Amino acid sequence: MRVIEPWVAAPLQGFLDESGARLTLLMTSAGQVIAQDGFTRSVDVMAAAALGAAIVASTDAIADVMHTAAFGVVLHQGPKQSLVLRAFWTPRGRWIGLVVFGSETSVGLVQLFFQELELALAKAAPAELPTRAVLAENFEHELNASLRSLFGR
Amino acid sequence: MRNLGEALERVTRVAGIRGAMLVAEADGLVVAEALAEGLDGAAVAALAASLTLRLRRTATSAGLAVPHVVQLRAERGTVLSVPVGDDLLLVAVAERDANLGLARLELRQAAVQLGS
Repeated sequence: MRVIEPWVAAPLQGFLDESGARLTLLMTSAGQVIAQDGFTRSVDVMAAAALGAAIVASTDAIADVMHTAAFGVVLHQGPKQSLVLRAFWTPRGRWIGLVVFGSETSVGLVQLFFQELELALAKAAPAELPTRAVLAENFEHELNASLRSLFGR
Repeated sequence: MRNLGEALERVTRVAGIRGAMLVAEADGLVVAEALAEGLDGAAVAALAASLTLRLRRTATSAGLAVPHVVQLRAERGTVLSVPVGDDLLLVAVAERDANLGLARLELRQAAVQLGS
């Protein structure tokens, strides 16, 4: 498991221990990675985060078109692996969880323990940190620092 | 759907039964439910399905074939689970003083009713 923000580690470890997930990715609704487990290549994490955030944004747009509340969960069920995408609110804004799992667990268990993760994150979140503007000239440096945190390189 | 409601009602009519659910075994998701207020059906369904699946594998590995009933007795009550066909489970949550013999009988008969 790799995390950008240390307070996320304990709640996420609890989820990983219980859920039987193969891959887990926590990101902001803009696709910025907060934590990951199971990915071995940074390029996969960045692609999954971007695509996951795009899917959630698309379902939000569909909900708007249908004049209904946002969809809570997106489930892609496959023959060997399935994927749950879930947007949720934290004290640090709206985040998205992407979880890939196989037949050793179930969508019911993954959702159950993800709800517990949401509560644990809400409890563990530190008081609001001072916001820091990310300047364009610092963007690459910030991105590389995040990738080092996530992959230890 | 009427058949589903009748089958669940058959189980919940037993004194001391707090709720009954039809659950997709592989997914751990609720298909239909009749639950008392305050009972977290989604959590019970997910955990009961996982437990039943593992117990089925255990029993099969031990050469005991498929369990007809799974009964989990806790300090304050009991969870009962019976298979419905190949993919579903009928799960009931009973209070500590419920008539478990009658509850098991009604669960089995409701499962037959649903499976037919």
